[in-house]
Amino acid sequence: MVEQYISIRPDEPIWVQYIDYFISLLSFDLGTSFFYNRSVSAIYAEALPWTLFIMGVALIISLAISIALGAFLAYHEGTKIDYFLSTFSVTMNSIPYYIMGVFLLVIFAYTYGLFPSGNRTSMGIEAGFTLEYFIDVLWHAALPILSVVLTAFGGRALRMRGNAIRVLGEDYLQVARLRGLKSGRIRTQYVARNAVLPIYTSIMIQIGFMLGGSIILEQIFRYPGVGYFFFRSISSRDYPLMMGGFLIITFAVIIAVTIADMTYGLIDPRASTGGDSHEAY
Amino acid sequence: MKPTEESTHEQKPTSTDGGTKEFPLASFQENQSNESELGSSRLQEILLEFHAIWKVAWSDWRTKVSLIVLGLYALMGTVGVLIVPEPTLYPEAWIQPFTTWQYPLGTNGNGQSVFGAIVHAAPSMYIMILAGGVFATSIGATIGIVSGYKRGRVDELLMTFTDVAMTIPGLPLIIVLSAVFEPTHPVLVGILISINSWAGHARGIRSQVLTVREESFVEASRFMGVNTRQILTRDITPQMMPLILIGFVDTSKQVIFSSVALYFLGVLPFEGLNWGVLMNLAYKSGSAQTPSQFHALLYPILAVIFLSWAMIMLVQGLDRVVNPRIRAKHKSEKKESGQ
Repeated sequence: MVEQYISIRPDEPIWVQYIDYFISLLSFDLGTSFFYNRSVSAIYAEALPWTLFIMGVALIISLAISIALGAFLAYHEGTKIDYFLSTFSVTMNSIPYYIMGVFLLVIFAYTYGLFPSGNRTSMGIEAGFTLEYFIDVLWHAALPILSVVLTAFGGRALRMRGNAIRVLGEDYLQVARLRGLKSGRIRTQYVARNAVLPIYTSIMIQIGFMLGGSIILEQIFRYPGVGYFFFRSISSRDYPLMMGGFLIITFAVIIAVTIADMTYGLIDPRASTGGDSHEAY
Repeated sequence: MKPTEESTHEQKPTSTDGGTKEFPLASFQENQSNESELGSSRLQEILLEFHAIWKVAWSDWRTKVSLIVLGLYALMGTVGVLIVPEPTLYPEAWIQPFTTWQYPLGTNGNGQSVFGAIVHAAPSMYIMILAGGVFATSIGATIGIVSGYKRGRVDELLMTFTDVAMTIPGLPLIIVLSAVFEPTHPVLVGILISINSWAGHARGIRSQVLTVREESFVEASRFMGVNTRQILTRDITPQMMPLILIGFVDTSKQVIFSSVALYFLGVLPFEGLNWGVLMNLAYKSGSAQTPSQFHALLYPILAVIFLSWAMIMLVQGLDRVVNPRIRAKHKSEKKESGQ
């Protein structure tokens, strides 16, 4: 029965099993889940888009907020508005997203019943390109997305602020000011661009981590995505499902890091060419 | 780079500005003269510098508030544990908060005093946070700085190592590992939870080192033949301090968040008290849905939030000290006003 489920033969030598496992991986055969009695790849293929949807939207929204806010704060460093907004960001950032999720559930789902407390769509609604379906999906995704955005933007905004302050002290900014460039141009072209690099790296990494982070989030909102099934697999010791989840999350991180590495030079040319030309000294 | 070579000499004092000591030539000469003099003047200088840093730090209200809050937490973990009686199972569950002096924050479903439980959970939380933070930050900073500065083969090797560590998904790994090892000692839990969070910091720090290493003062040090270790510790590390400190607090925060989450979800084995365990017990018994039981869930949550809030505020306040540009600005202002 084990053979049937995880598609390896236990009496063969290890390396044969390993090769067999890899061959089945290449044909997207991740075995069969004990718990759901379905093919693991089918389970995750169905769940993955939902996790990507929630986490992707949350990432983009929080990123937009944090870059704009961080640059703004750095430009007004030391003023009242800086103190106020960075304190606010800190406070939001010091709340774990799952706790924010619990709060949101208590307020909006249990007390007022404005939003659903679980699942990705309502029962009995037809999947398709209808407005009704679209709104229903958003309605179910709103609380998880909100809990990530509210707690994530603060930390990145502060990082952005720190980097931007560092950049603001650079000589080329003095030059830019002396040249009489518009402050809007300095803000976007000079400060934001140079301060974004460290954040950019961390974000590409976080795309991968977000899939891991979805375990807790989807558990609390009972939202059937990758994390939800992964947690199920651990609590029910469903090894094929567990291994499949691990692989998918790992691949997501690898892809994200590769993209980060390849696009690095586009954002900061110094990083790609600077090192080699100076080695001559 | 030819055209800048001339101007570097004039720029240096202003662009390194964290004080003359960071100016490599000055430190070089200083070292030599110190060997003969070894002065008490040097000690005095360090003390003066330290005093200046402390003043700058303390002038920021965020540092004050955070240090006070952290101090309260420290009191709670040391003196509080001795004063507040250990929570015992008491037959009367769900006493409301602020009704009796015996249970200031009420009792939870097991009849434990919520306040007592929070206080007695503190020491193990601190040990866990510290272990994880120190572990991840030291490894991450060292690898990031060395690899970013050295480039070449060392960089490739270290970054491959980092990438491998990074591509292992953190939280799933922690969950699986804790299911296998069932760690109960706080130090082990702390290290386990931050087991691959150093990788992200190493990457972030490296990317910043890549740009700093091209700056004129680093180049000058290298050109003058200052040895690598001194360049790393004197020129680059101070520039990286904001990132390192933020990294430390980030990791600590992450340890708090992850550990509480894992206890909350019931993945880590319960042993003794933990804020996450308290939340788990409350959530499982339906405190989120019942307003009269919400306090059992709310107060452990507040304990977590205030602690991480104080830590981030501390970094915010220290930002002024650690960021050499801001410090230099303050210094020169002080000098001007002194004269």
